[in-house]
Amino acid sequence: MRALHLAIFSALLLTVSCLKKEGPAVNVTGAGGSVTGDEIVIGEVGSMTGGAATFGKSTHDGIMLAVEKINAAGGIKGKKVRIISLDDQGKPEEAAIATTKLITQDKVIAILGEVASSNSLAMAPIAQKNGIPMVTPSSTNPKVTEIGDYVFRVCFIDPFQGSVMAKFAYNSLKLKNVAILRDVKNDYSIGLADFFIETFTKLGGKIVVDQSFSQGDVDFKSQLTSIKGKNPEAIFVPGYYTEVGLIARQAKELGINVPLMGGDGWDSEKLTEIGGEALTGSYFSNHYSPDDMSEGVQKFIADFKAAYNRIPDGLAAMGCDAMLILADAMTRAPELTTVAIRQALADTKAYPAVTGVITINAKRDAEKSAVIIEIKNGKFIFKEKIDP
Amino acid sequence: MTEFIQHLVNGLGLGSMYALIALGYTMVFGILQLINFAHSDVYMLGAFFGYYVSKFFNLSLHPGYGSLSAALICSMVGCAIVGFFIERFAYRPLRKSPRINVLITAVGVSLFLEFGGQLLFGADPKYFAPLLEAGEPIFIGGVQLNRIQLIVLGVSLALMLALQFIIFKTKIGRAMRAVSYSHTNAALMGIPVDFVISFTFMLGSALAGAAGILVALTYPKIDPLMGMMFGLKAFVAAVVGGIGNVTGAVIGALIMGVAESMVIGYLASTYRDALAFAILIIILLFRPAGILGKNVKEKV
Amino acid sequence: MSVLKGLWPLGAGLVFLGLLGQVLPAVMNPYYFSILIYAGINITLASSLNLVNGLTGQFSMGHAGFMAVGGYVAAFMNMSLFMDVHFAGMPNFVSEGLFLFLSLIVGGLAAAILGYVVGLPSLRLKGDYLAIVTLGFGEIIRVLILNMDFIGGARGIPGIPQWTNFFWVYGVALVCIVSINRLMDSSHGRALLAVREDEIAAEATGVNTTKYKVIAFVIGAFWAGVAGALFAHFLTYLNPSTFDFNRSFEIIIMVVLGGMGSMTGAVFAAVFLTVLRESLRPLQELTQLDFRMVIYSLMLIILMLTRPNGFFGTKELTDFGWFKRFKKKLGA
Repeated sequence: MRALHLAIFSALLLTVSCLKKEGPAVNVTGAGGSVTGDEIVIGEVGSMTGGAATFGKSTHDGIMLAVEKINAAGGIKGKKVRIISLDDQGKPEEAAIATTKLITQDKVIAILGEVASSNSLAMAPIAQKNGIPMVTPSSTNPKVTEIGDYVFRVCFIDPFQGSVMAKFAYNSLKLKNVAILRDVKNDYSIGLADFFIETFTKLGGKIVVDQSFSQGDVDFKSQLTSIKGKNPEAIFVPGYYTEVGLIARQAKELGINVPLMGGDGWDSEKLTEIGGEALTGSYFSNHYSPDDMSEGVQKFIADFKAAYNRIPDGLAAMGCDAMLILADAMTRAPELTTVAIRQALADTKAYPAVTGVITINAKRDAEKSAVIIEIKNGKFIFKEKIDP
Repeated sequence: MTEFIQHLVNGLGLGSMYALIALGYTMVFGILQLINFAHSDVYMLGAFFGYYVSKFFNLSLHPGYGSLSAALICSMVGCAIVGFFIERFAYRPLRKSPRINVLITAVGVSLFLEFGGQLLFGADPKYFAPLLEAGEPIFIGGVQLNRIQLIVLGVSLALMLALQFIIFKTKIGRAMRAVSYSHTNAALMGIPVDFVISFTFMLGSALAGAAGILVALTYPKIDPLMGMMFGLKAFVAAVVGGIGNVTGAVIGALIMGVAESMVIGYLASTYRDALAFAILIIILLFRPAGILGKNVKEKV
Repeated sequence: MSVLKGLWPLGAGLVFLGLLGQVLPAVMNPYYFSILIYAGINITLASSLNLVNGLTGQFSMGHAGFMAVGGYVAAFMNMSLFMDVHFAGMPNFVSEGLFLFLSLIVGGLAAAILGYVVGLPSLRLKGDYLAIVTLGFGEIIRVLILNMDFIGGARGIPGIPQWTNFFWVYGVALVCIVSINRLMDSSHGRALLAVREDEIAAEATGVNTTKYKVIAFVIGAFWAGVAGALFAHFLTYLNPSTFDFNRSFEIIIMVVLGGMGSMTGAVFAAVFLTVLRESLRPLQELTQLDFRMVIYSLMLIILMLTRPNGFFGTKELTDFGWFKRFKKKLGA
């Protein structure tokens, strides 16, 4: 009896054959859809509660500002835009179920979201499967848009931003020894740190120490003490403004007087509010600079301030852009079907958005130039512009 | 060597923050044998009370000991009131229920405060402008200290002594100890048990309020979930020191702070959050009552 | 074969589920279908935690950690070994099902082994202390996963094949419930109940309490691991943040709401809470505020104050008079 089982099992094993799958990771099996009524319903998934809620709220405000603007101008093809926004508490499985609801219950024509790549990675396969275009405002992990041809983004990807800062540190600031302080809980931070290290060491620089913290921490003195002992010329702290302000403060207290460097997660007025003077002389890469005199940026900042009574942060700008790019694609699409909108999104060329002139490339990532901003006395000052 | 001492100083600074919160945990547990999970969220409320008081009266424009004490008092009173209501409505009705029910309720109260706080205050972090200027950092042989660190350490030691005094030298303290032995016996001796328990809670919550202000002084970023991890670690510190023991809480907290600091300095910073629990598990396995706690034999 | 005796309803149930699994996805709205799937996974989670928390009386707060281990192990195995492989000459769902089944077992076993390692030392502790230590272990597991680069760390693992379907989710839930019920009907089950009711008395009557506590814990961990593997192969993406202690609380709430010690209660509460979470969404769309966690926590408090035994207490469906009468009628 036993021998027979064994024989059957080995026979089964022998018949195993390898078939490599081709094309996108997830195939479109859904029918997509089209706009039927007299309004365009778009779904938004974001973290309205939980640890990442502050990022979700900013993005939401940015999106709503764009929607108001679009509707005030008469909507798209004469139809008003309506946003249904669902909370995912910052959890991937909640994001997935919210996406399913938006697509199958609310019959949305497109999806906006999420901030965190971890949530977008759970949402994208569902949007792709159903053939619904999805535009993520600020998920920077390259894998997000690799899920399929219905997934787009309007932000930088980690490799680009990481290498921008590395080049800036090596070429412009002439630094040779840099320390890393990354947020181990945050995939964005890890991505940026990894690609920074890759480019920086390739250029000939040296990473003297690689320390980490977790989102939500308030005490960074031990990490900073270790970093201080290695005498770096700068510290690369890719992370969100919620922690960076405190890090800058504590670095100054410990007598570390080298510049800090970071990415677009720094862009918020809270950064300088919390970090204060300690941030002077630090640099970060961003999409635009608030003192950019271009009309688009100034108008966005003024409108946002009028609507929400605060200065927009980078996430708000990105939320606004995601909506604007989607609206632009809908306007250009010959008809309001998901297939046509997807095609129009992929064809986006040199669209003048808030965060820069955006072109969607073949990988469905946004190509736009980055700016380096220097912080001086609590003000963000334009330093240089780096093209992709 | 300088680096080692700096790590030690950092650790003691962090540990004294944990101590402020651990004191409240340990006192309530000592008297009532109840893990007040919501304590770390009352601490969060304390920070927010301070924030709004300071904003309303523009206290941060005149930093100094006066403003600090004003905010401290407001926040301690506010938290004491919150503590009173939590005890009155969530814990008192359950006094005769199994302990697991009370634990579950405590978890419920904690989640309620956290997510209610997110609705009420908003989820974004707030900048709590310092009520006391840190002044120039003091350097002693390359090791850096600052005024606030010393104040926090001093306050937590002072509070520890004050608690010891209240519990062991005053009339209400004697009543508290009597209640901790037996509710029934205490009641028979003419002790108003309900009042004593309410008092214990208000005292513990006032401690949390003080902790909220003092921690915000060092880390001026406050948000509704700030109590989650920080409070959990403080709680672990209380257990490590021997929960129910006031001195133990401070010792446990300082050990925790220094251990975290050393792990980050000399091992791997990514394992910091795991460390607190690893220490806890080791302590509980080899000395279940904590460093200073007494082992209690279970009877039928 | 005596072990299998009386198991024909289980077999029939599985066949029924298999048939239902063919029909449902075609006729059901995908949104409701995914709620149904999550409800099924939650049933397994709640039932297995009920074995530890309710039936054995050991308060564990680290269930999410075991779920994570099962999910990660299963997903990693399938993605590195079986992702692009299938049996020649057989329909896809057969090989997928086989690989999924294998990964469920492996994921469950991994979680069970970890459960043993965690349980053996920590089950010496009681009550609140045990709760805190298990919570600590749950967090440690999460931090360890966060630090493992080969399974993605904070980036998580995307692109897990979506092999979980209705049959697997509810088949697992059914087997889990039946196996726990059978365990409770055996002399071992009586020993577990004895441990819950009075540990010292149980010890005095010759029950090896530590052994039984560990057994319950390991079985609970096994099913949590299996549920985690199902979860991974449904969501197709794993991230350590999914398994933080809020997730453990969620499962605890299910067990408490249903009544600690009642399998019927655990199943009922798992479904109830999964559905409630979704049915509160319209409120959120209306107000733009998320009240769900606030409502959950209030519910927990009010429940403890007014009905601490949950919906069912320690009663099972079979304990109710009307069910007995119904059964009699069927028999007659």
